[in-house]
Amino acid sequence: MKARPQAVQLRGGRVIAHLRDPAQAIYLALFAVLIIGWVLVTIDGGQFVTTENIVGIQQRSAALGIVAVGQTLAILAGSLDLSVAYLISLTSLVAAEAMTGGGMVPAIAVVLAVSALVGMVNGLVITKLKVHAFIATLGVALIIKGVVEHRYDGPAGDVTDSFQRLGYDRIGPVPVSALLWAGVAVAVWFLLRRTRLGYRIYAVGGDEEVARLSGVRTDRVVISAHVLCSICAGIAGLLLAARLGAGSPTVGTDGGYDLESIAAVVLGGTALAGGRGGVAGTVGGVLLLAVLDSIFNQLEVNSFFKDVVRGVVIVVAVAVYARRARERRTTA
Amino acid sequence: MKRALPIFTVLLVLLIAIAASNPYFLEPPGFLAFLKRAAPLAILAAGQYFVIVAGEFDLSVGSLVTVEVVVAARLIDGDDSATWPVLALLIVIGLLVGLANGVITTALAVPSFITTLGMMLILSGAVFLWTGGAPRGALSEGFRAFGREELGPIPWSVLILLVVGAVAILLMRADFGRTLIAAGDNRRAASLSGVRVHRATIFAFAISGLSAAIAGILLGGFAGVSAQIGQGLEFQAITAVVLGGVVLGGGRGSVVAAMAGALTLEALFTLLNLHGISGALEFTVQGVIIIAAVAVGAVRLPFRPGASISPPMLKTKETP
Repeated sequence: MKARPQAVQLRGGRVIAHLRDPAQAIYLALFAVLIIGWVLVTIDGGQFVTTENIVGIQQRSAALGIVAVGQTLAILAGSLDLSVAYLISLTSLVAAEAMTGGGMVPAIAVVLAVSALVGMVNGLVITKLKVHAFIATLGVALIIKGVVEHRYDGPAGDVTDSFQRLGYDRIGPVPVSALLWAGVAVAVWFLLRRTRLGYRIYAVGGDEEVARLSGVRTDRVVISAHVLCSICAGIAGLLLAARLGAGSPTVGTDGGYDLESIAAVVLGGTALAGGRGGVAGTVGGVLLLAVLDSIFNQLEVNSFFKDVVRGVVIVVAVAVYARRARERRTTA
Repeated sequence: MKRALPIFTVLLVLLIAIAASNPYFLEPPGFLAFLKRAAPLAILAAGQYFVIVAGEFDLSVGSLVTVEVVVAARLIDGDDSATWPVLALLIVIGLLVGLANGVITTALAVPSFITTLGMMLILSGAVFLWTGGAPRGALSEGFRAFGREELGPIPWSVLILLVVGAVAILLMRADFGRTLIAAGDNRRAASLSGVRVHRATIFAFAISGLSAAIAGILLGGFAGVSAQIGQGLEFQAITAVVLGGVVLGGGRGSVVAAMAGALTLEALFTLLNLHGISGALEFTVQGVIIIAAVAVGAVRLPFRPGASISPPMLKTKETP
């Protein structure tokens, strides 16, 4: 019932079609939501397909999208990361503080180093100390929370003007932040589908014991997945710092990036238990959440109602995937 | 019971450390005040234990606590005569939410992490949709008595905690408990040997919902009405259960140890406060200690090759 290692499955075309199934489903759902939203907004007397709106959807989804792509790696490896929200706050502050003192490039380097370090700690605690990923990353989240809230009461630091352009500039209807997200997504897609580490992430997530017995150094794979996941969170922190013009101790938790990114990944058809799914689905999941948000904003729906719908959508989507998976098993 | 031993040692050490810097803690009123403060979390931990030992998660308890308190405040609105009907309603809400979690998780085969995450969004959205964004109304004196008053020398919440603990122990000793542990240890084997895994799991979620209702009633009385009252409680409850040596993924650990885990967490907060590590750094210390405690617990485990429930990975088991 667990997926076999990806490397084996990639050779059968039919199997690939099956694997891509949830990703296709999420894009169909996205398309349907776009049509329904367009109809509803038009009936409401508004205009759905405006440049402003299209840019808004991309802007809204970029930060969550980058985090969710990273979270995909952790979840595919059979783990998960609850520390991303606080890490985003931390890296936004580190970016802004470092930029106040030095230049843009060293600041980015420091942020990436800090996030890689946090990811390394997550991975080491999970693999070497044998602490369940849930508790390990929750513990690391608390550690970061304490440090951040102890040192900062409010926004701090200052980013350079040229760096701020990352947050709001756009090329035609495409914001730079969306390009950054696309870049991260393509890089991770390439990693998962074309590199040895990618195959091993699927193998470890599918069945850790089988992977180990096949000669995969599972610890290294899990640690790498966590380092990459944290680096993605760090990139999101950079993006948010650029947008705010400063670092903020609450920017990560206000966005609810920890649970929201996990929800987006699962919405995109990646199995929470690991080993099945991919980046394409995650991107679709994030876009679906952003489009829903945009429709609700245009219809001026109460924000609490949005939460209710969001919760229902996530549960229903996963129920549908579970049903399809079961049908596939019985017909296979 | 062997797994539960470390947590009682840690709890004892913490209690002694607290007593060393605050002798009042050794006197009955001081210790009872501690238990009273810890009661809601310990009750939540007991409820969460049933879900975790069955191999599932319940992330919805924090927002369920908020829902209970906000609903109580709006419906009672200071009117003492409404206390008892509202209390009954709160219990029903807790059971229904738990039931819904359980049915969605089992019948629709949605991993409980996602079911209860969705439920968390739905609950907090729905309750503030209903009250218009902020809590409204007020709790009655009769309602608040459970959370902050005493029956003779003993606070109500401590009595309720004892009753919850006793019921939890009895449930785990009954057939239901064995069924639940069997289901959490190896779902497929349990269901093949005739255990009604779905029914046991649904029941476990209902217990967790019920415990959130009771915790909400106590917390509302103790701390008063606020929109943030349940925030983060789900993580604290899960942490408490895991501190008690209960393995995420299911199948092992005792409910008494889970409740001791909650007391340990609360004792840790108390101790940190006593030593002036209050505010933000408290979280950092908490994070380090949780990781350390679970790591030490994991090292004590005998090595079992092929154990799919070994702690490092998150395995949400598929229902057959």
